[in-house]
Amino acid sequence: MKSEPKVRASLPDGLTADTLREMYYRMVLTRMCDDRAFALNRQGKIPFAATCQGHEGVQVGAAYALKRGTDWLVPYYRDTALALSYGVTPREQLMCLFARKADIFSSGRQFPNHYSVPDRNIASISSIIAAHVTHGVGMALAFRMRKQPIVTLITFGEGSTSEGEWHEALNFASIHKVPAVFLCENNEFAISVPQKLQMAITNVADRAAGYGMPGVICDGTDPVATYTVVRAAVERARAGEGPTLIEAKCYRAMSHTSDDNQATYRTPQEIEALKSRDPIPRFEGWLKDRGLIDDETIAQLKKKAQAEVDEATDWAEQQPPPTEEDLYTHVYASGALS
Amino acid sequence: MATVQATKQTQLTMVQALQSALVEEMERDEDVVILGEDIGPRGGVFLITEGLIDKFGADRVIDTPLAEAGIIGAAVGMAMYGLKPIAEIQFIDFIFPGFDLLVSEAAKIRYRSAGQFGVPMVIRSPYGGGVRGGSYHSQSPESYFVATPGLKVVVPSNPYDAKGLLIASVRDPDPVVFMEPKKIYRAIKSDVPAGTYEVPLGKAALTREGKHVSIITYGAMVHVALEAADAMAKEGVEVEVLDLRTLQPYDTDAIMHTIAKTGHVVLLQEAPRIGGYTGEIAAFIAENGVEYLEGPIVRVAGWDTAFPYALEKAYMPNAQRVIRGIKKTLNF
Ligand SMILES: Cc1ncc(C[n+]2csc(CCOP(=O)(O)OP(=O)(O)O)c2C)c(N)n1
Repeated sequence: MKSEPKVRASLPDGLTADTLREMYYRMVLTRMCDDRAFALNRQGKIPFAATCQGHEGVQVGAAYALKRGTDWLVPYYRDTALALSYGVTPREQLMCLFARKADIFSSGRQFPNHYSVPDRNIASISSIIAAHVTHGVGMALAFRMRKQPIVTLITFGEGSTSEGEWHEALNFASIHKVPAVFLCENNEFAISVPQKLQMAITNVADRAAGYGMPGVICDGTDPVATYTVVRAAVERARAGEGPTLIEAKCYRAMSHTSDDNQATYRTPQEIEALKSRDPIPRFEGWLKDRGLIDDETIAQLKKKAQAEVDEATDWAEQQPPPTEEDLYTHVYASGALS
Repeated sequence: MATVQATKQTQLTMVQALQSALVEEMERDEDVVILGEDIGPRGGVFLITEGLIDKFGADRVIDTPLAEAGIIGAAVGMAMYGLKPIAEIQFIDFIFPGFDLLVSEAAKIRYRSAGQFGVPMVIRSPYGGGVRGGSYHSQSPESYFVATPGLKVVVPSNPYDAKGLLIASVRDPDPVVFMEPKKIYRAIKSDVPAGTYEVPLGKAALTREGKHVSIITYGAMVHVALEAADAMAKEGVEVEVLDLRTLQPYDTDAIMHTIAKTGHVVLLQEAPRIGGYTGEIAAFIAENGVEYLEGPIVRVAGWDTAFPYALEKAYMPNAQRVIRGIKKTLNF
């Protein structure tokens, strides 16, 4: 590796060489978790899987722009890399895929990737598109009312911005200058619907003007670029200057979920062309150019990630599913009524 | 009413039967348009509209933005001004962002305008469990719609009825919530005529005749009722199964007829028990047919919890639970 001082001078503000390698590791780890999820689904071991392939850059970049242990995440179902970078472990991820009783998100009650981890500042989400965006605003308002210097990061796809609830959330947030950051992971598709049938504008970020907040675009396949803009927005929010809408342009490498088949609405050429945008080799190149990583380290990190995912899979598979008595708990604080 | 124009029969799944209803109605009437999320090139997530965009073009097969209030509200507007929109809500669990447009608008426009406007639209949507869909791809929310005067609510249980009921719904002058049991989309086939026919709204079907006990149900649960009936037959109990097919308006004559015949009734629904649709049927029977009853009205339903992912099997009513219900009313 090159001499550290020279390197440090060229690093983005707030990121050390170690942090950058850690970010790379999170991206690789997520990719392996995702591949494992789809493999398990094909083997009939889990009913459902959703991946974030193509989104690893934006998610890891955004996670590292937050203050861990202070700021809150209000994610959506495609945020595996965000979750794995914000304290969720591969074991926990695999437990939700297998829907085990000890799954910490929902005890096997919800679809996979529907996070809920209060001890790591991750909110609970449903499958209802854009509902969580309103919650994120309310949380941010609550933090401000209690004079706590906490910022909420709320994520969603570009399709989600069509929902009325999304609009209501941003409008409310901006009027009250709540400490929130809205991050759109624009992968150009909502299941099969391309962006041009979702909105008559090219940039989701342009919607920000209508709410009176800044709208910023970044390359969502680049974790460092995303880190930089999210960090600025987080600082702005923490300083009481109000919310920001960020649009991270990325792509969706695979079908929407294991239940979808993207070959019905995307050509093989289109799907093939996406590979050139893969955030992982691109970040590898970026790190190598700066002497922050070499092939040996890359190989080591990949091996380590694979071992972690293998261990997590084997462990989670052995854990028991919920039993019938678990059906009736937590309907109300007092349990079930009937 | 039930005019069968063609005699050729084919074995179809419910997916195919629904698609043939859409195609025939769109061919018959240019005012019929369909709209919804992913219904274009993707053909809808369950492929009911597969190929329709090629056949009818993007003006009549509209891939909408991801916005249920927009979909239902736009359909209301189209319907008020002469079109016959068929809106697809991808899963009925996602209807709630558009609930207001359905219950405050679609349902009330005829009444509030003293009949000057009508809203001839259909909302098609898959409902129910059994496909490992978790909390938000499995629910049976029919009681919300039934509790809203102005809406009709239809739930087919087999391919033949699905086609005939959908055609009747499209031709109906009022808004119809058409709930499709996704668990049996492809699970069963039945003979479906190639031509146009209607299965009239508001008429139940006697799916199985019996003289000891009646199961009154609808949708995917009809098949659970039939399974229970088969099992009871081995014990010498003859179970009658009444498939309501339309929940609002419902077939009061058919209900009176079956309870007068058997004197015992089990009401079966997939939705949670409290506030569920069969509570209405129980009240109707108690008000109008108590003299026929020789045992309690028994409800078999989903549990009063949200719909679980891993515990789906334990959650959904099955033949064992129905048999327990039958024994409860018979051994009273
Ligand atoms: C209210 C609601 N409507 C529809 C759906 C079905 N649905 C799930 S994901 C999705 C597309 C979301 O697209 P986007 O917001 O762009 O996020 P992406 O999946 O592309 O990351 C749709 C239509 C839903 N879950 N909730």
